[in-house]
Amino acid sequence: MTAALLLLALLGGWEAYADLSGIETFVLPAPSAIATALFDDRVLLWSNFTVTAGEIALGMLLAIALGLACAVAMYFSPALRRALYPLLIGSQTIPIVLVAPLLVAWWGFGLAPKLAIVALVCFFPIVVPTLDALDRVDADLRKLMRTFGASRWQTFRMVEAPAALPGVLTGAKLSVAIAAIAATLAELSGSESGLGNLLLKAIPNFETPRAFAAVIILSAFAAALFGLLAFAERRLLPWANQPRGTAP
Amino acid sequence: MLTRIMAPEGVPPEVEAELGAVSLRDVSKTFPARRRGAAPVTALDGLSLAVQPGEIVAVVGPSGCGKTTLLELVCKLETPDGGTVDAAPAALMAQRDLLLPWLGAVDNAALALRVAGVRREEARAQAAALLRDFGLEGFERARPYELSGGMRQRVAFARTLLSGRTVLCLDEPFAALDALTRQEMQDWLAGALALAPRTVVLVTHDVEEAIVLADRVLVLSPRPGRVTAALDVDVPRPRARTDARLVALRERALQELRA
Repeated sequence: MTAALLLLALLGGWEAYADLSGIETFVLPAPSAIATALFDDRVLLWSNFTVTAGEIALGMLLAIALGLACAVAMYFSPALRRALYPLLIGSQTIPIVLVAPLLVAWWGFGLAPKLAIVALVCFFPIVVPTLDALDRVDADLRKLMRTFGASRWQTFRMVEAPAALPGVLTGAKLSVAIAAIAATLAELSGSESGLGNLLLKAIPNFETPRAFAAVIILSAFAAALFGLLAFAERRLLPWANQPRGTAP
Repeated sequence: MLTRIMAPEGVPPEVEAELGAVSLRDVSKTFPARRRGAAPVTALDGLSLAVQPGEIVAVVGPSGCGKTTLLELVCKLETPDGGTVDAAPAALMAQRDLLLPWLGAVDNAALALRVAGVRREEARAQAAALLRDFGLEGFERARPYELSGGMRQRVAFARTLLSGRTVLCLDEPFAALDALTRQEMQDWLAGALALAPRTVVLVTHDVEEAIVLADRVLVLSPRPGRVTAALDVDVPRPRARTDARLVALRERALQELRA
């Protein structure tokens, strides 16, 4: 409620400033101009949005698959963890702005470089909370499973994997916002369509309202994905946020 | 809370056919130092004890006398440095219920059955029957955070019984409960064991709990733990806490502990 009021006040101030100060639309479009662009360009925006949304969704799926595999492998092999963790941290310091054009040069204007960039950026925030959740699994639970004669795989499937799920979802939520940025950035480095591609064309053509419209759609999509993940967390893992021993 | 306190009826009978025995001879266990420079910890030194099939033996002792190590040896979670451990397969129930927070009561109780490869429906049916006997009807689908401490321990005990092990190792099973619930649960456990006899090694620092539940009480010395006294509790069940014989035995046990 308060957030909505604040947003309205900000939009009102922005609209008033853009209308009254005589600033050029291509420098700062008024919210009304952006709304108009959202409506007038809806077909163009939609067709580009589906491209970018696909890159974000597929890239995140790839990041989750790789991230889970990596976290589990590092959980089971301390040697692999010592070897791989520094490399993973190193991979996060690679300036994406420099790598993206290279990937485009190698793999062309298609989907592959976009997926690689999104996955590269989203991978690390998934590995870390997942591995932490696995590390936090109660050692006494593993002992209990041993007294039941459970195999290592049974213990993983029945105890460790479910216990790691909240970590996976936390990682996915962290990844959503940066996934949108990564996809746009990848498109800016070379693409034929997508919201980033639209930005690339709109700004030099002084079609700033259209560019703002594209950004709004991207933010809304990221927010919706985040909301979806938060909803899934509440529905699937109601136990994860319960303090223990508070029942009557 | 505790709506009714009942003993189980639907426990698998085949288990009762032959109960296991436990025998520890001259067992010692030393743990390496946790930090560099610290001395290694000798948890047990020359400990011997024998538990007959179907007998309930309580082990009392001061904190850190190696009680938990003793149970881990019986459950084969640890191997002794010296001496021999001879025990039928044993199931462990700890002070913390160790229920899986994402599973309902039935699935938690059925965990050991599922590990043993019993099909889901069959395992659930067995677990649900036992939970009903334990006064948990209507809570079958409740997750652990929706249950009280006493209820959680009953689910944990159901899981332990359903593991099919004839030896139960109980590690201060009720220490985390409030005093009133603890007494109720002790009486409940006595009833449950009367109807589903098991060989039991009960480790506790609560002398009254030991006297009320056990056939025999062993007093352990401070670390390294060894048996300093053995008291036979020759009082028929059901037992009243106020029974003069129990009160006298409790005094004796406390004296032995202080010695």
